[in-house]
Amino acid sequence: MTGINKDWRNDIYAVFKDLNITMVSHVPDAGHTPLINLCEKDNEIDVVTLTTEQDGVGLSCGAYAGGRKSALLMQSSGVGNCINALALPNICRIPFLTIVSMRGEWGEFIPWQVPMGLGTPKVLEAMDIKVFRADYKDEVGSTVDAAARFAFNTNRSAAVLLSQKMIGAKQFKNG
Amino acid sequence: MIDRRPFVQKILKNRKDNLRVVSGIGTSTWDIMSAGDNKGNFGFIGAMGQSIPFALGLAKSQPDLRILLFTGDGDTLMSIGSMATVANHPVNNLIIVVLDNESYVETGSQPTATAGKSDLELIAKGSGISNSYTVTNENDYEKIMNTIYDEEGPSLIVVKCEAKATPLVFPHSFDGSVSINRFMSSIKS
Repeated sequence: MTGINKDWRNDIYAVFKDLNITMVSHVPDAGHTPLINLCEKDNEIDVVTLTTEQDGVGLSCGAYAGGRKSALLMQSSGVGNCINALALPNICRIPFLTIVSMRGEWGEFIPWQVPMGLGTPKVLEAMDIKVFRADYKDEVGSTVDAAARFAFNTNRSAAVLLSQKMIGAKQFKNG
Repeated sequence: MIDRRPFVQKILKNRKDNLRVVSGIGTSTWDIMSAGDNKGNFGFIGAMGQSIPFALGLAKSQPDLRILLFTGDGDTLMSIGSMATVANHPVNNLIIVVLDNESYVETGSQPTATAGKSDLELIAKGSGISNSYTVTNENDYEKIMNTIYDEEGPSLIVVKCEAKATPLVFPHSFDGSVSINRFMSSIKS
């Protein structure tokens, strides 16, 4: 499926449809916005806006207990908010999928994004999350597909890190 | 003030087939287990703050079931923004009962914010959960049962409880994967 769609977010959306992921929660990030918009236009997908990323972990697990697959979209700064919540899918062996847009790693303008950007893969791995990474647009679809299948087939947690090099680093202007 | 353990047992006595029960970390899990083992129960023993979002996800996925969450003031305060998420992504089958004893009883009865100036009913209403009320007297049992089975949710009921330690009543298993699979079998059947 990779490379068929003009925007790589369409490739992620195609994986959601292919695997019957029908609930998508998020604390928004500009890198995810086209995907969020695609999901909101789809009557078969519930889009839940969270107040903190950790609530997406519980929401996903509850949805799975009720028979639905879901995914959590967030920015790397939100990963730190989720750490203790990630015990839930871990100890219950509930499949959990998150897609993380990276900040603080490639041409970042805002220094405050750097600590959690550097920490993101480390804390995910510290919590036994299988970490996948997409650095190029044409590998996004296959990477998300692999991560989702890993999660739902093996009842584990998986994260896809979408690199800032691919998303593009915004350069801010004062005034 | 209400004696929580017999009150929870009374609510869960003769429960209907369409009820599924979730409990948050702390005394709430021992409370629901004390009402008798039931495959339709899932109790948190960790992941503090996650019981409300979990119950929301479950309620959204199973609209024909009534999802009843018992949790404490400590668990609720940890993920207080989840009330706004519940309010803005409403499900009519979710009932949250906060057993508010105004303290962290399991750790030595340190006071929570509700022992001070904070009011969970007002926070729920301010978050947008309009069907929110507080009970301090067991005479409100019928009102609560009506909310659980018949009223349109989401609802949040603050039950003011005595702050006293109660015996621990363990669930069927402490292994979360056993617990969740057993719970899910009650939904499939």
